[in-house]
Amino acid sequence: MLDTIVSAFALIGRLDGDVLSIAALSLRVSVCAVLCGGLIGVPLGALVAVVRMPGRGAVIAVLNAFMGLPAVVVGLVVYLLLSRSGPLGAAGLLFTPSAMIIAQTILITPLMAALTRQLVEDADRELGEQLRSLRLTATQRARILAFDARFSLAVVVLAAFGRAVSEVGAVLVVGGNIAGHTRTMTTAISLETQKGDLPLALALGFVLIAIVLAVNAAASGLRWHAMRAYG
Amino acid sequence: MSAILPIVLDNLSARLGGRPVLDGLNATLSRPNVTAVIGPNGAGKSVLLRVVDGLVPADGGAVRFGLRPTQSVRRALVFQKPALVRASVARNVGLALIPARLGSSEVRDRVEAALRKVGLADRAGDPAGKLSGGEQQRLALARAAVTEPELLLLDEPTANLDPGATEEIEELVAAMARAGTKVVLVSHNLGQVARIADDVLVLWKGRAVEHGAVDRVLANPRTPEARAYINGELPWTSFAAVS
Ligand SMILES: Nc1ncnc2c1ncn2[C@@H]1O[C@H](COP(=O)(O)OP(=O)(O)OP(=O)(O)O)[C@@H](O)[C@H]1O
Ligand SMILES: [Mg+2]
Repeated sequence: MLDTIVSAFALIGRLDGDVLSIAALSLRVSVCAVLCGGLIGVPLGALVAVVRMPGRGAVIAVLNAFMGLPAVVVGLVVYLLLSRSGPLGAAGLLFTPSAMIIAQTILITPLMAALTRQLVEDADRELGEQLRSLRLTATQRARILAFDARFSLAVVVLAAFGRAVSEVGAVLVVGGNIAGHTRTMTTAISLETQKGDLPLALALGFVLIAIVLAVNAAASGLRWHAMRAYG
Repeated sequence: MSAILPIVLDNLSARLGGRPVLDGLNATLSRPNVTAVIGPNGAGKSVLLRVVDGLVPADGGAVRFGLRPTQSVRRALVFQKPALVRASVARNVGLALIPARLGSSEVRDRVEAALRKVGLADRAGDPAGKLSGGEQQRLALARAAVTEPELLLLDEPTANLDPGATEEIEELVAAMARAGTKVVLVSHNLGQVARIADDVLVLWKGRAVEHGAVDRVLANPRTPEARAYINGELPWTSFAAVS
């Protein structure tokens, strides 16, 4: 056990090119997924928060339930869509980083939408009446309230990134864990563990945790600065 | 465009939370300048402002503004607690101009003019949350004023302010009224009512129990409800000073 940890650190010390490129792919895929998920999920959640319409309760229930979508099931669905005989098979995306981005986007969009909905609804309780009095449309109000809640929304982005970068099921199914092409931190860890190369698996695990911590620290720093300015 | 006066509150009723909050309220506001709305807690003053603003639909009756279609009347409501977005002072004022779809340079000019009017021009770039309570209230007033409303609805705009800040707000409101904006002001501060209002509407349990010139109503309320509220609020000494 101790040996494993010691050799794991030794491996990090060397940080070979393979590990770096795997980490870079993980980052790239998850950052893209968070961007796409945010572009869809944040406006969607904000709109659901301000629009009063029939069926709203059902939409919220679905969003909340989909927050906990099992990654591997999302992977399976995307696999079926992208497989050669699937409806989107012609695009030839299966086992590419694009497929992994699509799967992770689907995984985290409901999460981002549901959390955004809650935050924007809280902001709406404070500001909604004032904004309606200014005769702003629902879309305008949603945008302003999301802007008002931007520091809390930063946490939503972090949560989504954390979920995306640490999931293994979806990227494994649609990416295929192809060395040098679709191998991410998580799929590599699971592979090396199975192969019995525990030091390498552990080293990759440390790097993954370091990435998550670094992203969080950077975001917290930014958020702290911004909040100090705007209260 | 024709005048918004008289503002007719015609048998208004509103139910909220299963209870009648406005209950057959009738009044005709035909004077320009400032109308004060007074009455005990829970009388329905804030709800009345929301109904007149159009935020809360009346369950019965109607609000009429002269011969004007209701939608065409530019109204602005300043809430008791200024609701500000976490953004700069100028951006908060600019929000009110979004529906007007103006060019960005015109927005900038009008925001600047509104801020100058309330003495916040030099704070335009500051975060709104950093302003003091009185400054935030002035900002809320600037946000209301920037749209050049024909009707300005104020809900206890000085409730938490010190005497100096209160006076500043009163001067601003009086100036807007002189410039032609019809003002309806809810206030528990009868000294303030005496200073800036022309007529007074007394609400009691969702009804208007008395309406008249400010001097007359404060000095000589005719209904028992108005007398109870005014005498309870205003000790005899300062009451004498008002009349
Ligand atoms: N959204 C709402 N839902 C349910 N009841 C409400 C709502 N808003 C107001 N009420 C009720 O309507 C009544 C009148 O409220 P309103 O806020 O108009 O009183 P007010 O005259 O402004 O009192 P105050 O002087 O305390 O501000 C109160 O009993 C209040 O509880
Ligand atoms: Mg009130």
